[in-house]
Amino acid sequence: MQPSKETLGWMYQTMVTSRRFEEIIEKIYLEGKSPVFNMANGPIPGEMHLSNGQEPVAVGVCAHLNPDDVITATHRPHHQAIAKGVDLNKMAAEIFGKASGLSGGRGGHMHIFDADVNFACSGIIAQGMGPAAGAALSRKLQGKPGVAVAFIGEGAANQGAFHETMNLAAVWKLPMICVIEDNAWGISVAKETATAVKRNDVRAAAYGIPGHYIEGNDPWKIYEVAGEAIARARAGEGPTLIEVETYRLAGHFMGDAEGYRPEGEKDGLFAKDPIPAMRKRLEGEGAFTAPELDALEAEAAEAVETAIRFARESADAKPEDALTAVFA
Amino acid sequence: MENERKLTIARAMAESIAQEMRIDPTVFVMGEDIADLGGVFGNTRGLADEFGKERIRDTPISETGFIGAAVGAAQDGMRPVVELMFVDFFGVCFDAIYNLMAKNTYFSGGNFKVPMVLMTSTGGGYSDAGQHSQCLYGSFAHLPGMKVVSPSNAYDAKGLMTAAIRDNNPVIYMFHKGLQGMGWLGTEAGANVHVPEEAYEVEIGKAAIVREGSDVTIVSIAMGVHHALKAAKALEADGISAEVVDLRSLVPLDRETVRASVRKTGRLIVVDEDYHSYGVSGEIIATVCEADDLTLKAPPRRIAYPDVPIPFARVMEQYCLPNAEKVVAAAREICRSAVTA
Repeated sequence: MQPSKETLGWMYQTMVTSRRFEEIIEKIYLEGKSPVFNMANGPIPGEMHLSNGQEPVAVGVCAHLNPDDVITATHRPHHQAIAKGVDLNKMAAEIFGKASGLSGGRGGHMHIFDADVNFACSGIIAQGMGPAAGAALSRKLQGKPGVAVAFIGEGAANQGAFHETMNLAAVWKLPMICVIEDNAWGISVAKETATAVKRNDVRAAAYGIPGHYIEGNDPWKIYEVAGEAIARARAGEGPTLIEVETYRLAGHFMGDAEGYRPEGEKDGLFAKDPIPAMRKRLEGEGAFTAPELDALEAEAAEAVETAIRFARESADAKPEDALTAVFA
Repeated sequence: MENERKLTIARAMAESIAQEMRIDPTVFVMGEDIADLGGVFGNTRGLADEFGKERIRDTPISETGFIGAAVGAAQDGMRPVVELMFVDFFGVCFDAIYNLMAKNTYFSGGNFKVPMVLMTSTGGGYSDAGQHSQCLYGSFAHLPGMKVVSPSNAYDAKGLMTAAIRDNNPVIYMFHKGLQGMGWLGTEAGANVHVPEEAYEVEIGKAAIVREGSDVTIVSIAMGVHHALKAAKALEADGISAEVVDLRSLVPLDRETVRASVRKTGRLIVVDEDYHSYGVSGEIIATVCEADDLTLKAPPRRIAYPDVPIPFARVMEQYCLPNAEKVVAAAREICRSAVTA
């Protein structure tokens, strides 16, 4: 299964959109936070978990999804949200805590919810697993099309929710895919320190389902493996577990000094930055010309600027609105 | 009564679920031992025969997994009724309950709805010790984003279940084991009352005055209501007229019905099988004390479970549990002036 030119263009452009979005968020996040870093200050307060470097996973999977399919994401959701088609303006406004945000400022960057494209988050590790299985069960019980994808990190594969839900999805043969983004670090704890197996795909055997490990943060391979898993789920053949080697180019959150990383690791990761790598391959294989890729990048940058402008210019959330929307 | 149709709470719950499942294909039930067994406490008995095991779905022992799944199914347009066999088991799955089920509506600004019912058994009195006997009303009612109800009789059990299934919000439906009508648990006969055959709703958030009186208001929920009713009858002999308020819902809490009753009687006793401190009893007393126009004739009293884990030995557990005698003693103390006057 190879992506068409159109799909490749979408994948590349979406990766660039996510990267540009986070580059600007990163800059604005630091406003008001110097000389002393205080997370509570500035136009974007709170924790900020960037996904730069992990974009290939989001686009390789979401290239096979439509708005009707369901995603549950994590505390690090920007790349997946953008790839799923979450409204970029409203998402930016939510990250700024504005009234025009996806949930009027109640959720912020760790709780991105967009019902129009069936996108939900949980800021608690692995807790999106259950809801993804439930959405898949809903489709199965109602005979409606659609699959559910739970994105988690490699650290989440040691949580009870992961194991309970994989068993549930397997025993009920649900149209669900669990995609583990292996960025090698659970905040400061290295994967080999925390996880008894080298690769989490072997855990699929415990549930009698297919498991795959994808090396190299490679958008093409991710597209291929995810495509097969999603097609399998759509055909009623049950869940699949996929783990993808990916790179966290930033810290766990902004402000993380990353003293736990071995010397030189970051330089090595930046040398493998998937965005320039994808551009090089697209050009090298002659799939796209340089001006074509420039145009895709320019469009992405423009969409991001529009979203950030929308967020900046939107009114703040009203304090008293904190007391609303507890119940439907 | 002609055409009287006395049901147990267990049967009333099952009847409500069946009626909603007949008219709404999005309603389904999942939990441990709910299909062939009909629920450990009988509240899904017969449902698997009528609706099959897809919609009446036995789960693995994976509360985090299947309650989380209920959240996802509810957000996807279904109305799951999910059972947590004993409320004490919330410790293995509370994230799915209070971080997902209760918060996703708010975090989505109302764009996601989570219309699900989490039914769970509460209460002790049969020597099952402290991991299978708690009520934990306050633990659930304390956290925002979920409604909490608990019936004291079969009529309310059916009407509250119907209202809970139809509600667009998550509802914690707590049923007391001692009221289920299960012979092996001992049973409170007062819970088995006439239940109309047709579907009806009991409004969530509305308390009921189940006995009128003028000297003291006894507020309670579930099993405590029966202690209160028995105490009220015993107090008649002393010339004390007790009014009994059955809260039925803890969230939303019908503070106005409580205040109106205490305005009339001037005295308040709260009976709560949940722990004494930081719970329902304190909340009810605060509700009364916060009212501007309300003066108590005597300090309020609470008959609650002491702040200790629930012991196994019968004499120890019974010593700790609320009962009618404890309510009578408290009422006599605070009503002394009324009786002598």
